[in-house]
This record gives sequence, structure tokens and C-alpha cells, in this order.
Amino acid sequence: MSTHGAGLMYTYAVARAGCRPPDGLLGVADAPVETVTEGALSALVSRVPAADFEEEALRAHLEDMAWLERTARAHRSVVDTAAAEFCVLPLRLVTVHRDTRGVQQILAQRAEEFLSALVSLDGRMEWGVKAYVEDAGAAKPAVPAGGSAREAAADGSGRDFLRRRLAHRQAQEQNQRRADELARAAHEALDKFAERSRLHRPQDARLSGVSGRNVLNGAYLIPREQAGTFAGLVGELADRSPGLRIELTGPWAPYSFAQPPQPPEAGGDTGTGAP
Amino acid sequence: MSSQVPSPYGSNGGANLADILERVLDKGVVIAGDIRINLLDIELLTIKLRLIVASVERAEEMGIDWWRDDPSLSSGARRRELAQENERLRERIAALEGDQEPREEIT
Repeated sequence: MSTHGAGLMYTYAVARAGCRPPDGLLGVADAPVETVTEGALSALVSRVPAADFEEEALRAHLEDMAWLERTARAHRSVVDTAAAEFCVLPLRLVTVHRDTRGVQQILAQRAEEFLSALVSLDGRMEWGVKAYVEDAGAAKPAVPAGGSAREAAADGSGRDFLRRRLAHRQAQEQNQRRADELARAAHEALDKFAERSRLHRPQDARLSGVSGRNVLNGAYLIPREQAGTFAGLVGELADRSPGLRIELTGPWAPYSFAQPPQPPEAGGDTGTGAP
Repeated sequence: MSSQVPSPYGSNGGANLADILERVLDKGVVIAGDIRINLLDIELLTIKLRLIVASVERAEEMGIDWWRDDPSLSSGARRRELAQENERLRERIAALEGDQEPREEIT
């Protein structure tokens, strides 16, 4: 295509040449996903309107949560649908070129790196495991029946109130420590099973929409044929971690493992300890 | 419990927006596109998201949690507060950007 200026080219992922996305797969602007090939590599791409993806427009869009969510979901859908069929190297959101040639140049320049990453990820998928602890709503400090904190303080039992508050806080801290220990133990068991693992930041409930405090947010790279065993292990950990709610997500394309391993302090790739 | 294992694909595998954003924004291979969205921009965006979502939690860490035990101020209060904060941030962004004529969705 030589529609210079009319459209831009959005790239989702890199795969080995010859891999074809499933028919009918649509990308971020509902345009069909195609491949651009250079040597031994192909990129999964689709056309996007320049009006939305030129620098300035893009910068404004990225500040818009609704746009960001739509784009992120579409990006994810292309990458993960392709990953179900063949090994892909996911690219970061909004990787945009002017035309086919720009994409081919990158494929040529970084061929060696991409091919070796594809070899190391071939036949593996990423699974996400998150653990939550319900916040101590159950252990509210006992305020005398019918009395507010202020009344309690006014009638001279202020010290009792503070004591109860302290006890409440200590109980909460203890619960948190216990939850953190369970989460750490779960991560260690999963890490031992996985080929590689990576800890993500704990999620905030307002973005995830999930109740409870997120105490573990890990990603694990698992050979396809071991997915069932891994899921079984997650189930076992859930059974022997009272007070933790453990959730499994996936399979994901290997997003968290697409970049070469980083030093521990930069990315927590070695997975020492829960967050 | 293997019954909790999500069926692969189709049902979105139980992934929430945070799961998706942390992967597509923070992870993945970075290559230089022709459209240079400075990575810093994206990082700033994620930092901003984190700031917005972290504020109430931070208050709690600092011991400012009185509202938590007050039923009349529970989650509804937090949501209102967040909505107001979002509104303020939006206004500030609008002021910074200067031009705010509503833009048509480009198809």
C-alpha cells in the first residue's frame, strides 16, 4: 500500500516469518490485521488513522482513560489471539510507523535479538497469579453500642477507646504480616515451578475493580503442556492459604518476559519476596 | 480449585483493566516507531494513574483513616472524593492545554 499520509501503521507483535494471524482478526481501529515480513521475521500490523495516531493527537488520547482502555483492550486482543496460534513477541502499546518500510527496517535491525527472544519463548505462555486479602472489616474497633467515638471520649472512657484502637491496629498489622508471608510462600512455590517469573506492582482496587488488598501480583512463564499442572498448583496454594483469595489469569502472550531479563532492582525478575 | 481456572480465551480469562494496562503499557518490547511518543509521556501517564489511585491508600498509611469506621462515609465517600479529584485533574489538564473545543470522534 502506498497511501502515504492517509494512514499509519500500528504494530502489535513480532513473530517468525510465515506465521499468519487468524482470518478476520481486527485491530485497534477495526482495521484487519496483516503481516509485514522482512527476512525471517514478520510483524503483525494494522492501518490506523493519522488523525488519531500522529504525535499530538496521540499524546492527547493517552490522557483519556476511555480511549486508553479501548486501545489497550484492542491491542491485547490482537496479541493474545495471535499468541494462541504461534509464538509472538508483544510490543508496547502504540508502536506506530509511517509505512511498511519503517517496520521492515526495525525487523532487519533487530533481527538477531528478536529471533533469540522468540526461541526462548517458543511454546511458553504467561499466566498471572494474584492474591488478595480482605481488609479487616471484620475486626472493627468495638465502639460502645449506641455511642460514637466522640461521646466515648467525652464521658471519660477516651483512654479505653484509644486502647481499643491500638489493639485494632495491631491486629490489622498482624493480619497483614500473615497475608504477606502466605503470599511470599505462594510466589516461591510458583516461581520454582515456572521457567521464569516476574513480580508486578500490587494493583489498586479502583483500577482493577476487585475487592480486597492485592498482596501478590506475579507473572509466570509456563510451557504450554504444563499449563494444567500449573493451574492445579495454584488451586492447591489457594486451598492451603487461609485468608488469601488467589486468582489465576491467562494464558497471556509473554508480555512480562518479552524484554531481556533486567537486573533485580530494576524489575524484580528474580522474584525475591512479595511486594 | 481447578474450577477457578478460567477457560482459555473468549471469556477474557478473568483479566481486569489493571492486568491489561500493566502488560501493554509497562511491558512488551520497545521499538522506535516513526511516531515518537516519548516513552517518558507514557511513563508520566502511568505515574499519573498511580498517583490518582494511590492517594486514598497513602492517607490510610499515614493514619488518616477516620472515615473508614464511619458508615456514613464509607465507600460512597471515597468514590465521591475520587470523582472530585478526577474533575480537578481534568480541569487542570484542560487549562494546561489551552484549547478545549470539544473534538469530534474521528472515524
